[in-house]
Amino acid sequence: MVHISVDTERCVGAGQCVLSAPDVFDQDDSGIVLVLEEPADEPGREAARQAGLICPSQAITVKES
Amino acid sequence: MTTTDRCPVAFPLRRPGQSFPPPEYQDFRKQDGLVRTTLPSGVHVWLVTRHEDVRTVLTDPRISSNPSHPGFPRAAKTGGVPSQDEVPGWFVALDPPEHGRFRKTLIPEFTVRKVREMRPAIQQIVDERIDAMLAAGNTADLIADFALSVPSLVISSLLGVPNADRDFFETKTRVLVTLTSTDEQRQAASMALLRYLNRLITIKQKRPGDDLISQLLAEGTLSKQELSGVSMLLLIAGHETTANNIGLGVVTLLSNPRWIGDERAVEELLRYYSVADLVAFRVAVEDVEIGGQLIKAGEGIIPLVAAANHDGTVFDRPDEFDPSRSARSHVAFGYGVHQCLGQNLVRVEMDIAYRTLFERIPTLELAVPVEELPLKYDGVLYGLHALPVRW
Repeated sequence: MVHISVDTERCVGAGQCVLSAPDVFDQDDSGIVLVLEEPADEPGREAARQAGLICPSQAITVKES
Repeated sequence: MTTTDRCPVAFPLRRPGQSFPPPEYQDFRKQDGLVRTTLPSGVHVWLVTRHEDVRTVLTDPRISSNPSHPGFPRAAKTGGVPSQDEVPGWFVALDPPEHGRFRKTLIPEFTVRKVREMRPAIQQIVDERIDAMLAAGNTADLIADFALSVPSLVISSLLGVPNADRDFFETKTRVLVTLTSTDEQRQAASMALLRYLNRLITIKQKRPGDDLISQLLAEGTLSKQELSGVSMLLLIAGHETTANNIGLGVVTLLSNPRWIGDERAVEELLRYYSVADLVAFRVAVEDVEIGGQLIKAGEGIIPLVAAANHDGTVFDRPDEFDPSRSARSHVAFGYGVHQCLGQNLVRVEMDIAYRTLFERIPTLELAVPVEELPLKYDGVLYGLHALPVRW
């Protein structure tokens, strides 16, 4: 399992997370990150981890649990 | 920690006949600490070439993008960055928190969803350019007739800049992105663009249209002066960089046809060419250690994204074009709060451009040997001056 938290103050709306893990992340109308749902399978978790690694403003934290 | 100055290297490393990224980058990445160099203006700067170090430079709050700080590498012949006094609203030259007001105003227009909604309009622009090429014969300069005109039409229609003025803003932009332009030429081009956009904004105040400039005017979060600078930044960034990416990508796909139509090719092309290698300029505002190197407050820093994107510790066989790799951690669009606002638009433009071009002109081929293609050794951005093709 992983737990995902996002810092909407840090987010700069690049949308990289939406490209990496579209089932997990979205952008609201102002372009800021939204977590749709935590990933249920390993490919989804891996995509979420990648989103965390490439987020330009380091606004995504993926905690393994 | 390394504190001694190394023998300065010539910079920028662009010269005819040389491959890109410059082979020196490989040596720079292996050195302890960072590489000290002298810009043509005589200003000393640190070059940052390792992927991890580039990401650190672009996110460390002790490192600034603001050219009003002492020591900022405002070198002639390397593009330069205007300050807020010169171009108010040139928000890539601002640090947080001031930068955030501009970024937050603009990001709703460049989300993944918003850009996806632009696909039909972009497809139409691409189709019309190909119609025009096909109608004109069986040869073309793919840069002028396609790679430049597509993103230029996309960004001008998004902003509400009349298509009729394309020649004007493309010519002025070319002055700004040419390394051999003098400071005087650069300043004149910049002032001409600002005056033009100021007048356009005045017109839109009286006659609003269905475009981003009119919308930002109505929202009122930016002053008219700031809006001129923001529009100039979006207009320039929106066409030159994408044009270079489209042109270089066509050459690579012609010799790697199995990747045509595969969306992974776009991400790998962004990494592979990293056309905006010379775009990020920074200055340390406090002493900071990067990659084992002490950088003193007031010293300039240039993080080289092409060097980072060819770092073999992050990308296996980095100098090979291989879309099957995971290229997503590239920093071709930069990193940190300034990461390219229009990156999702660039991806969609490249994707539609390649798919449509090769589908509609399947016999497309180079009209000159690949070694004779005129590369932009004099460009701030890497790319091709021309791309003669036939079908």
